[in-house]
Amino acid sequence: MRNAFADELTKLASEDRRVAMLSGDIGNRLFDAFKEMAPERFFNCGVAEANMISVAAGMAMCGLRPVAYTIAPFITYRCYEQIRLDCCYHQQPVVIVGVGAGLSYASLGATHHSCEDIACLRALPGMTVICPGDAWEVRGALRQALKLDGPSYIRLGKKGEPVVHKQLPDFQIGKALAIRSGETVALLSNGTMLPNVLELADALATKGVSVEVVSFHTVKPIDKEYLAAAFRRFSLVCTIEEHSLIGGLGSAVSEWICAELPDAASRFLSIGTPDIFLHEAGEQEHAREVLGLGVAHMIAQIEKRL
Amino acid sequence: MALSELLEERRRLASRLRSSVIELSHRAETPHLGSSLSCIDIIATLYSGILNVSPANAAAADRDRFILSKGHAATALYSCLCFKGFFDSIYLDQYAQPGAVLAEQPSPGCLPGVEAATGSLGHGLSLAIGMAMAAKIQQQNYKVYALLSDGECNEGSVWEAAMFAPMHKLENLVVIVDYNKWQATGRSEEVLSLSPLKDKWTAFGWSAYEADGHNLEELDRLLTKVPDGSTKPIAIIAHTVKGKGVSFMEDDNNWHYRIPNKEEVDRAKVELGVL
Repeated sequence: MRNAFADELTKLASEDRRVAMLSGDIGNRLFDAFKEMAPERFFNCGVAEANMISVAAGMAMCGLRPVAYTIAPFITYRCYEQIRLDCCYHQQPVVIVGVGAGLSYASLGATHHSCEDIACLRALPGMTVICPGDAWEVRGALRQALKLDGPSYIRLGKKGEPVVHKQLPDFQIGKALAIRSGETVALLSNGTMLPNVLELADALATKGVSVEVVSFHTVKPIDKEYLAAAFRRFSLVCTIEEHSLIGGLGSAVSEWICAELPDAASRFLSIGTPDIFLHEAGEQEHAREVLGLGVAHMIAQIEKRL
Repeated sequence: MALSELLEERRRLASRLRSSVIELSHRAETPHLGSSLSCIDIIATLYSGILNVSPANAAAADRDRFILSKGHAATALYSCLCFKGFFDSIYLDQYAQPGAVLAEQPSPGCLPGVEAATGSLGHGLSLAIGMAMAAKIQQQNYKVYALLSDGECNEGSVWEAAMFAPMHKLENLVVIVDYNKWQATGRSEEVLSLSPLKDKWTAFGWSAYEADGHNLEELDRLLTKVPDGSTKPIAIIAHTVKGKGVSFMEDDNNWHYRIPNKEEVDRAKVELGVL
């Protein structure tokens, strides 16, 4: 995902001279092409996220389209107030990009996990929260985010994730992307979980369950139209995210149900990480298993509800 | 205009501004009077012949930017913008009333001339840096000024910004620290020592100067020399007195929160020569 991000950003910045790139001292060599193309618009801001976000906001106030990039927990929690006030309160078009979101950097420990970032960012008035499902969606998300008049957060995995789409999909902020159609269960996959959700869908299919899969990439604004249709059509609607059960996509859908369709609550299942920090070593897939995002565990949760 | 005339104009403006912030604090029962009074001479200087801003074209792309990072001194900025014709005095009359446009601290784009919503300390310098960098990227010649409080320099983000600006040779950027030696609950030196403050900015790579923040000639001399011939951003450590201009408020930190009563307002105005 991060390579697609750097490549797409370089393209977009070559077409639009308002685009400036701010990095929190990560992505060694990742932005070489950008730096070569527009050195006067690339800034390594060092390990100083609070300053980076406010600088980006100041640039936006003067007509630029800044993109600020570093590891997800650092570009969200560390500088939360800068995002809240300088980007959101001022409604400035700053694109905040967090890489290594969720459990992507599981082996580095909970310091580098971000399973609460969606919760934090979507609570902010005026913020758009996008979690692309593969490298193509990253490109689409960046293109659309740069057209917004307000701030956005794009939540990336790392690199080398399976590519799901064959080409650039018709990516629209706030509109779920159909991946696979089915009739009994709808799986609303958020961001980095998409390949695993497809694996889950395959497993359910072998058990005779007809499954629809959508990439539910935008958490805010939420796709109300899809939700309304899905709760009409399916006996179970299930959100799956590499994020805490508190405050992420599952919570956003719960809020929608409470407000719009209370009767649908019994047909909704939210799968995400529990309210704990992980205290053990291991790579992403291990962490996912431990935290309940392994395919077998997800199947069991879904079967209980069918 | 001859310098002497300009200084006289600033002196008169400063007295009017002091009177206004005292009146507003009394009427709306809002605090931070001492903090507003300490930066009046700086603001009066900036808005009389230093800043390239115009009420007729308040959003001009090439205007200079002034960021009142110490947003709690908002009444000083509001009064100055109003007196300079950026907005009608009715807005000042309604200051801090329920539903009014002007709140105790500025909201984004509340009225022409207000560049940023400040009030949470430690944001303004970084915002100003972003604006100064945008000038360079877009090949514009405007300058950016940020006014910080000394208490604000407790914030780590100020020092992130202080490290960052010289790296990018932002000679179009000026930070002014209103060094009134007090913060909310005590002497700045005793809460979180800043000294030697000028040396700190120098060490971080700035062209740092010290000035008497109430000496209009000194302020003029420094603020008309931007850029100063180096490629460095400029830091002016302005030594000020909290509550400056009113004998019974000067250097008395009670006026960080105290609201003046009618009698005190009148006494202050007499001292300021506006009653």
